[in-house]
Amino acid sequence: MSEEKKVLLEVDHLKKYFDTPRGQLHAVDDVTFTIEEGKTLGVVGESGCGKSTLGRTILKLLPHSDGKVIFNGKEVTAATPAEMLALRREMQIIFQDPFASLDPKMTVSQIIEEPLKIHKIYKDKKERQERVKELMSIVGLDERYMMTYPHELDGGRRQRIGIARALALNPKFIICDEPVSALDVSIQAQVLNLLMDLKDTMGLTYIFITHDLSVVKHISDDILVLYLGKMVEMTDSDTLFDEPLHPYTKALLSAIPIPDASYKGKEAEVMKGEVTSPIEPPPGCRFAARCPHASEKCFQVSPEFKEVKPGHWVACHLFE
Amino acid sequence: MSENLLEIKDLSVRYTTDGVISRAVNHVNLSLKKGEVLGLVGETGAGKTTTALTLLRLLPKFTSEVEGEVFFEGQNLLTISEKEMRAVRGDKISMIFQDPMTSLNPVYTVGEQIGDVIRFHNPDLKPNEVSDRIDEMLKLVGIPPQRKVEYPHQFSGGMKQRVMIAIALACNPDLLIADEPTTALDVTIQAQVIKMMRNLQKEMGTSVILITHDLGIVANFCDKVAIMYGGEIVESGTLEEVFDKSKNHHPYTNGLFGSLPNITERTSRLTPIMGLTPHPSELPEGCKFHPRCPQCMEQCKSGENPPKVADGGHEIQCHLYAKKEA
Repeated sequence: MSEEKKVLLEVDHLKKYFDTPRGQLHAVDDVTFTIEEGKTLGVVGESGCGKSTLGRTILKLLPHSDGKVIFNGKEVTAATPAEMLALRREMQIIFQDPFASLDPKMTVSQIIEEPLKIHKIYKDKKERQERVKELMSIVGLDERYMMTYPHELDGGRRQRIGIARALALNPKFIICDEPVSALDVSIQAQVLNLLMDLKDTMGLTYIFITHDLSVVKHISDDILVLYLGKMVEMTDSDTLFDEPLHPYTKALLSAIPIPDASYKGKEAEVMKGEVTSPIEPPPGCRFAARCPHASEKCFQVSPEFKEVKPGHWVACHLFE
Repeated sequence: MSENLLEIKDLSVRYTTDGVISRAVNHVNLSLKKGEVLGLVGETGAGKTTTALTLLRLLPKFTSEVEGEVFFEGQNLLTISEKEMRAVRGDKISMIFQDPMTSLNPVYTVGEQIGDVIRFHNPDLKPNEVSDRIDEMLKLVGIPPQRKVEYPHQFSGGMKQRVMIAIALACNPDLLIADEPTTALDVTIQAQVIKMMRNLQKEMGTSVILITHDLGIVANFCDKVAIMYGGEIVESGTLEEVFDKSKNHHPYTNGLFGSLPNITERTSRLTPIMGLTPHPSELPEGCKFHPRCPQCMEQCKSGENPPKVADGGHEIQCHLYAKKEA
């Protein structure tokens, strides 16, 4: 425990705004965190909270508006296209929808091979094919699927292709953007187990983006809760579930239906209202309109994201 | 017999597409009393939605074949005329569809769509009475009545689902079928919708069939549970019976629970079910679950379906427990 952990990814005041006809949409607003090597950070939030945009901005799949992303000592946000190509070997992404993120006109083998070709890892096709077979066996895909097309396979197998493709270049860091939300429960568990095994055997670092809190608890070391692009709370996984501080985190946790008969008819603390618009948000806390504890101050001053207990960060006026 | 609002007897549905026969629903028996909430649980392709559509006779005419009987208030819904069926649909049995984003008509206002059902089943109502009823329904689901002149795209996902619920409840149905009503929604909105449905169900005494794959929602809302796999009901009973970990369960039920990440305790690995759900056109012989079953025995692999073993109302279709009793 005492050995110093190396910080692999540093996100520093990252912002991503989109221009819309109605004004600027604050998709990711001032997000700051670091991830140590070998750890998993879970990013949780409801639809529209900017979690996918955050993932894409970190990988520079979307240009950032302000702030910095530093990966392994190199500044991703300032990298030239040539530098970026090299960086992409180390940082990969698994997309949410295995039905839309695979090219329907490519075979399984071509899809997994593509990154190897782009980065010119192997000299000839034969070596590449060997690597494809190896990757397929790592993710638990039978070799006989090499020549099939994605539409012939079910969601779980398709997601395995996406995972094999992300692993092809032996990355250090993978962003998993809702990798199991499109899958059935029994398949979801298989893919989650696979991701956790890969992390252990290959020493991967993950950002795990999801809206499913039970999944995130299962897989993450630390959890970051986002609300409308803002960081709401961040701490280790157990603390977040045992002692959530922010009213939004509490509401989110109490909204999870628990598969246990003793919870029958139990009234959850139901949060009123819905997510407000992220376009030109008014000053103050973005959650204020739905918050049961909101005071005058919450509508005027945006709360600072502060460490209130060791390792437990929260942005709320209640804890100042 | 008459105390059951709904009784499904030996229902089977087959689809034929391009000469391929899919056995979507196989010999399903279900019954529902007035005011009860039944959770129909299963994964994609288990036959949940097909079962529901059969009750409303909404299956495609030329590609589907239905066998069995569906008694609703003593009347076999599968033999009555289309005209009689139309009087049942939306009035006595109504359905909330899975995807609120695509189930509403984008070119009519929300108010018109709710009014449509009311007018169809109550042709004698005057326009202002219909209008009052629309306002009342919107208030019931927590939408300000002045929004009735708006179109579906002006509503958020959660609000659209409320509109769907308002349409379904507009004629005070005796039976409400809710097909994955909250799958497309965020957790906090899901909690709002479930709470509202539960309150409405209590107030109006409606019987509900809730189709879902989320065991958490079932635990929260249902009185009875039926677990479907490969078009069959593999286990059924009261909520307490099916969720009681100390009781015997079908291996598939155990697999479903093992696949869920537990929020209350931390486990390092999940225990998923091996393999994949079979396509309804390629169902295995014998027990439909046997290729994936960790407790599979020789007799599971061929022949007829495993016997149903009942302990009171708790039924499990599996050789495992039949052997013990013999």
